[in-house]
Amino acid sequence: MAPVFERAVVVGAGLAALRGAEAMREAGFAGPLTIVGAEPCRPYDRPPLSKHVLAGTVPAEATTLPSALGPDVDWRLGSPAVSLDRVGRTVRLADGRTLPYDRLLIATGTRARPWPNPHEGRLAGVFTLRGRDDAAALRRALAARPKRVLVIGGGFIGCEVASLCRQLGLPVTLVEPGPTPLARVLGRTVGAFIGAIHAGHGVEMRCGAEVEWLEDADGRLVRAHLVDGTRIDADVAVVALGAVRNTEWLDGSGLSSDPGGIDCDGAGYVLDADGRPDRHIAAAGDVARFPHPLYDDRRVVLEHWSQAVAQGIHAGRLLVGATPERPYGELPTFWSTQGKLVVKSAGLTEGADAVAITQGDPAAGRFVALYGREGRCIAAVAVDSARWLPAHADLVAARAPFPPGGTATDRPKGVAVFEPGFA
Amino acid sequence: MSDATLLGQVKDFANRANPYPVYARLRQNPVSCQDDGTPEGTWVAATHGTIASLLQDPRVSSETLPPADRPRTGNPLTDLIVKPLKDWMMDRHRVFIFRDPPDHDALRSAVMHQFSRERVQAMRARSDRLVADLLDEKCGAREIDAVDDLAYPLPVTVICELFGVPREDEPKFHGWATQLATALEPDSLSDPEIRAANSRTFDAIGGYMADLIKDKRRHPQDDMLSGLANHATPAGVKMGDYDLIATAILMLVAGHETTVNLITNGLLTLLRHPAELERLRRDPLRAPRLIEELLRYEPPVQFRTRRTLSAIDIAGVTIPEGADLVLLLASGNRDETVFPDPDRFDPDRSGIRHLGFGGGLHYCVGAPLARFEAEAALTALAARLKAPRLIEDPPPYRSGAALRGPKHLRIAIDGIA
Amino acid sequence: MSTPADASSGSRPGLRVSVDLNLCQAYAQCCYAAPRHFRIEGHEALFYDPAPAAEHRADIERARVACPVQAIRVEDPGQDA
Repeated sequence: MAPVFERAVVVGAGLAALRGAEAMREAGFAGPLTIVGAEPCRPYDRPPLSKHVLAGTVPAEATTLPSALGPDVDWRLGSPAVSLDRVGRTVRLADGRTLPYDRLLIATGTRARPWPNPHEGRLAGVFTLRGRDDAAALRRALAARPKRVLVIGGGFIGCEVASLCRQLGLPVTLVEPGPTPLARVLGRTVGAFIGAIHAGHGVEMRCGAEVEWLEDADGRLVRAHLVDGTRIDADVAVVALGAVRNTEWLDGSGLSSDPGGIDCDGAGYVLDADGRPDRHIAAAGDVARFPHPLYDDRRVVLEHWSQAVAQGIHAGRLLVGATPERPYGELPTFWSTQGKLVVKSAGLTEGADAVAITQGDPAAGRFVALYGREGRCIAAVAVDSARWLPAHADLVAARAPFPPGGTATDRPKGVAVFEPGFA
Repeated sequence: MSDATLLGQVKDFANRANPYPVYARLRQNPVSCQDDGTPEGTWVAATHGTIASLLQDPRVSSETLPPADRPRTGNPLTDLIVKPLKDWMMDRHRVFIFRDPPDHDALRSAVMHQFSRERVQAMRARSDRLVADLLDEKCGAREIDAVDDLAYPLPVTVICELFGVPREDEPKFHGWATQLATALEPDSLSDPEIRAANSRTFDAIGGYMADLIKDKRRHPQDDMLSGLANHATPAGVKMGDYDLIATAILMLVAGHETTVNLITNGLLTLLRHPAELERLRRDPLRAPRLIEELLRYEPPVQFRTRRTLSAIDIAGVTIPEGADLVLLLASGNRDETVFPDPDRFDPDRSGIRHLGFGGGLHYCVGAPLARFEAEAALTALAARLKAPRLIEDPPPYRSGAALRGPKHLRIAIDGIA
Repeated sequence: MSTPADASSGSRPGLRVSVDLNLCQAYAQCCYAAPRHFRIEGHEALFYDPAPAAEHRADIERARVACPVQAIRVEDPGQDA
């Protein structure tokens, strides 16, 4: 494609932003390139934060991502974008400066959902985990050997933090309103298998329970009060209630965005309020809501590392003139390292009406669960079985019939099909 | 039609020096059924994508031993040597290379637990020393045989030291390794004496190992065999004696011949690409990427066999249940859709996802060791051989089509530095 | 243009490593090649050093090229500058 000597601005300085900027350069774009980041640091890798950094094996500032970008990039770090003027084609930053653009990549990502009571959320000992500073602060708290860690929320981050605390030998209680950990994403059936593994390592599981309020003494957390009246003494609490998308700065821009994400078309361009694409702007990563061709063009937002990479690259190329052969539709994949346990997935479980264990044995702690919907494979989850995932990902990508027939190595005789147990 | 005989051409010794044109013709059909004299034929996967997929397909089994009542194949190599060897390893003892999970996983985990990073690192330093010593021995020579003088002795010594075979017994292993290799020569297949010798070799190694294991129980030392004989894995897996004997022999057979071939193919390739040899001499840190390209370009294991447990739809064909499969790794490594200009040796290729060590659950256990031994040998040869020239090109090859490599690699030199 | 980690590792810039753990299948080849910088815990949980010192360049390169799924990405400012 011909190089486009225009001004490109990337708003956001995380993984999707970095890979998007690299893709622009790789595609031959040699014009001025500016990257805007709210945090005062170069793009860093988040997955190690909840593992290596909390474990103390790696300092938080060592997570800076490898980059293929040269010195010809204007980094504007430490001042977030606050508004977008699509008519004048400018982005305004918090420090008052204005950046003109011809091509704009929006990759502003998410932030941790805070504890609903702001006063309690600010207590000493109460943490969220999203950025590098969050991880450094929580690491300091864990290194001080708290008497008990309370993890609020049994999603992936919650499970990662809880199992890591066990590896550090810290008592930990995980409170999750749902019937099992990970129930929202994996369903009750598989969530229960994984929950049992964590319980076996000493995580105290309080499923079907909810924290009502956090009690302090002199501004320090001392205990949590649950809705059912029980109390948990804890000097550290990690609020792991998911993420909020950074889309407020787009209010007034005329784009179709809300706290659930910014809408994109199949190519990756953002849509305005009337559903028309703005061909100067693309979005990628955790903020991008796009129709997924593998799932009947259902609009999805995926907070996955692989998605940030693949969509970042896609959007970067798109903005500098690549013509996508087909709509963006990478098979969604993610991993979660929970203590020594690795949970990996391909596809989207949403809407599953059945789940089958196709490899291994949940009782042995290693298995693959395949999810079906209306007789087709839609997702697979591998627990400590990474080498079986590619074959299952192929079934999902091909929407192969569910459940799979036939004999296979390490497959239970007669594959049993369960209710997946989505609420 | 020649298509029916392509697998035969792969096995034909006439194509041993350069099987790659036959592979290229096989790749015209990613997966094809080839006539091998049996009614069912053998299914051959020849492209990178189909091989990579089948290596990790749970419907593909490594328990390839034909049932006892299955008709003989008519191929003397298979009937007389390969099958008895597999019978011995499958029926009498359990070897994980021919096992599926969960058995495979438990047995392999026991080996991996002892095949520790520390042990492998120790053998890395040791390989450099051993190579230096072997080259020192040839110091005044004007000609060397890279096989006999270096590539052959190095891996046996490495495996013996790793397992804790007493130094004075190492020559026995050199002899056994040689015997197992000659047993696969085509002219020895019809020779009952050599076949009997082969059988005696198995009994001799088996007997020796049984005694050595007893000794390692009485006097444990810091070596792999002591570890395997005396300690369970964290998950509680501990091999029985028969498993242990068979596994130790597997390591000798699988880890020896292949490493010989990696080193020999490596030197041969470098001598055919003198500019690369010179670059390696000037920059030994090029070795790791050069070795990965070598594992793509001339893999020591050209193909592996498998069996299907269910019918598999792949690349527009259906492989039936119970089919014999040949995964043509060396062909996948030359797949032009994955590796541009695949017949060019180019260590500067980026992201070489070769199939040289297989893939999936059975990925080569000894891969790290093979890499270190090859790095030690090739960097030392590049640094020390003065003006090396191939005396014969192509060199004579051993008979093996799957484990493929030169029998000898004679090189004229002006001396050894 | 140095980051805090760069500044702390002395005059020679350190390396940057990231692993695509979606691709990783725990073949552990990196752990043998660069045992100080990569390790597997449990069956397949890979832990790695994202900021190795420049003097370990050779081992990191061994790890990178040996990865069967090519999941390791390295930035080496000292090499590419």
